Amino acid sequence: MNRVETATNFKTWQQSLAVRWDEAQPCLRVCDGTGCRALGSQKVLSALRDEIHQAKLDTKIEVVGTGCPGFCEYGPLITIYPDRISYQRVKLSDVHEIVTQTLVEGKIIERLIYTDPQTGAHIRHEPDLPFYQKQKRLVLDFNGRIDPTKIEDYVTLGGYSSLVKALSTLQPEQIITEIKASGLRGRGGAGFSTGLKWELCRNNVLQVGEGYIICNADEGDPGAFMDRSVVEGNPHSVIEGMIIGAYAMGVHQGFVYIRAEYPLAVENLRIAIHQAGSANLLGKDILGTGFDFQLNVRLGAGAFVCGEETALMASIEGRIGEPRPRPPYPAQAGLWGKPTNINNVKTWAAIPIIIKQGAEWYAHIGTEKSKGTLIFSVVGKINNTGLVEVPMGVSLRNLIFDIGGGIPKGKAFKAAQIGGPSGGCLPAEHLDVPIDYESLTALGAIVGSGGLVVADEDTCMVDFARFFMNFTQEESCGKCVPCRLGTKAMLAILERICAGDGQQGDIEYLLELAESVRSSSLCALGQTAPNPVLTTLRYFRDEYEAHIFDKRCPAKVCKGLITYSIIPEKCSGCMVCLRECTSSAITGAKREVHSINPTLCSRCGVCMNVCKFDAVVVN
Amino acid sequence: MVHLTIDEKPIEVSEGRSLLEACREHGIHIPTLCYHPALEPYGACRLCVVEVSQGGRKPRLVASCVYPCEEGLQVKTNSEMVVRSRRMTAELILAGSYHTPEMLALGEELGVKEVRFRLEEENACVLCGLCVRACKEIVGVSAISVIQRGIAKKVSTPFEVTSSRCIGCGTCVLICPTGAFKFENVAGFQYISPSESAYQLGYYRLGGELNLHPNYIENITALLTKPKDKDATYDG
Repeated sequence: MNRVETATNFKTWQQSLAVRWDEAQPCLRVCDGTGCRALGSQKVLSALRDEIHQAKLDTKIEVVGTGCPGFCEYGPLITIYPDRISYQRVKLSDVHEIVTQTLVEGKIIERLIYTDPQTGAHIRHEPDLPFYQKQKRLVLDFNGRIDPTKIEDYVTLGGYSSLVKALSTLQPEQIITEIKASGLRGRGGAGFSTGLKWELCRNNVLQVGEGYIICNADEGDPGAFMDRSVVEGNPHSVIEGMIIGAYAMGVHQGFVYIRAEYPLAVENLRIAIHQAGSANLLGKDILGTGFDFQLNVRLGAGAFVCGEETALMASIEGRIGEPRPRPPYPAQAGLWGKPTNINNVKTWAAIPIIIKQGAEWYAHIGTEKSKGTLIFSVVGKINNTGLVEVPMGVSLRNLIFDIGGGIPKGKAFKAAQIGGPSGGCLPAEHLDVPIDYESLTALGAIVGSGGLVVADEDTCMVDFARFFMNFTQEESCGKCVPCRLGTKAMLAILERICAGDGQQGDIEYLLELAESVRSSSLCALGQTAPNPVLTTLRYFRDEYEAHIFDKRCPAKVCKGLITYSIIPEKCSGCMVCLRECTSSAITGAKREVHSINPTLCSRCGVCMNVCKFDAVVVN
Repeated sequence: MVHLTIDEKPIEVSEGRSLLEACREHGIHIPTLCYHPALEPYGACRLCVVEVSQGGRKPRLVASCVYPCEEGLQVKTNSEMVVRSRRMTAELILAGSYHTPEMLALGEELGVKEVRFRLEEENACVLCGLCVRACKEIVGVSAISVIQRGIAKKVSTPFEVTSSRCIGCGTCVLICPTGAFKFENVAGFQYISPSESAYQLGYYRLGGELNLHPNYIENITALLTKPKDKDATYDG
């Protein structure tokens, strides 16, 4: 490892690396993020290396495992440089062909390239994919390009030059002024001005003489994987942001609090911290400037509430992960009673970009009050499940239809839960809302940390709200009464409504509980827990009423309110449903019309899925 | 000195006081459950909520036991928002302790007409955390803690086995506002009757064996009286 003694040495190192790095050279970049790994990318990666080795090609072709570029729906992803041919859903059996056809003969394998589901057009090159074209990738820029376990890759593309700039040419106050001027707001959910937060912390650190900074990587929203992908794919960007922040706030110790359920992110982060330390970018006397900063990793044990800053600090201190009331705010008395600044992964990762490009440049992106880009993990009933980065102010419609590729199987869009379990559910009528802090808050949702769950016409909104309420109820720490018992009571009502036992007055009671939980809970987990219920009630009240008064689930989802039956005219008597039925509720003989006994039927829907004649219907 | 307005009355208090302390010093009644003057405030029962507004910000509810008196703060202790919140909180507490006399009295005071939601299992323990904090802060032993989370949360010993740290002082039993504390679960003592003499026994045992916790308060019995003391625990 090259140890960088001074800022001048850093530039020499960077230049020597830049010579080595040439994106015009043939190279295979294989996504080695958690999503693609789950789809078998590791086997593909090692098979590619073996195959290339055996093929004894004239030119050396490198195979690089990268972080997640975001197009998870089509993983495992391979991009072949220099032309950036994009192969998708690559299987182990495709490897031989990729090497012999594409690498040796230069032919493109048509079945592995992207076909636009709407236009039917074949798109061969990664930059031409509509999924990427409409994004603005700042934080995610290096994901998919660099090997996250090699600091050299990061440095070559300009990494750590912001740190060098900050330490050698900027005063701490100048950095804070710069961050304030950029308009960056916390990406963890609350959207507080990052520069202002840093200033408050710095002032207290100056008085007390010591303090801490923390990176909150305890991402736990259902369907959210933004922070994981950033830490996995580009851990050095987070580390660089933190060192700059530490210098600006005058602290010498930092922690990354990351959940233990993210083993790859933890591994890559630890490698990166070690490498940065060896390169003299972390630790004592960084770059010979006399500035010291230690960075440690702390693993979260899987409690969602530990993403709340005071609970997170309690957990780092080794106490029960329970929030405590604020004030005092962490900037006043945080970790071990010392001034502490906590920022989300994406906030820290944005810092090097702002220092490098300047506040003015960054403040041009986004809307008047919400600057920069946002990273969303787009999941649920959507064609292009994945990770996207867009400038603030793009509409929900752009995000879901232009980038997300719309709803699968030609179904209609119904709603999007934006901001995770603390966020709100927005209906089709608000698809054109610009995504920024103020606009979403006005509609009852929040930007949150970046989770976006899409629901289609087959989703029951009461059941949808029940799902999120179940999540927050299970994740409540139980310290304060409104959250511990209020969420439980709300869940009980939602379960009752879904089961078909809803009563007159349930909606009013739900609203009353929601108000109490929102206004009286101790921390943000409870204060935001009613949001999915409040927004579904605001936009889909008719569905609640159909469940309660008509005993009908309009989306045909809630098991207590649906029955399966067989249309005699369509049934061919093939016995398939009868054999597949999990509760022996179907009777009939070969070539005779079958029938379903509703008292035995468990409403699992298997019969409907297996019937080739569309004879099974749900009412 | 800090100047603030409570229920439209200008009030002056010394710095570092909580809103609850300021209110009580000025004779304003605030219901509490998890508060005890001898212990660090916890902010968990949410019965002591008051409405605060400051500098044109939207009024919001804060737990007065943990919220510091701030210059220029406008406080309402009995607004519609406060009353509604306390009533619902009391109703929710009753969801798990629907036969506990102390909680029923509390519910009546705060205007609970009907308990619309009930947990399947009744438990007089309302997780106010007084026993846990008393064991830690007064006795200095920390034999008990809250374990698990959410609806499963409860007071217990490490690994739920009889504690070897417990000195049998009975402070937890004495301080419990609902009589829920089952001493045998923690210490393995079946027939302990919490009394001043039992407490003294523990006191001397502790004094002989361990260093006293700095928070130890000399005349402890005065602070560990049952709720008849106006300021101690639930003040009904």
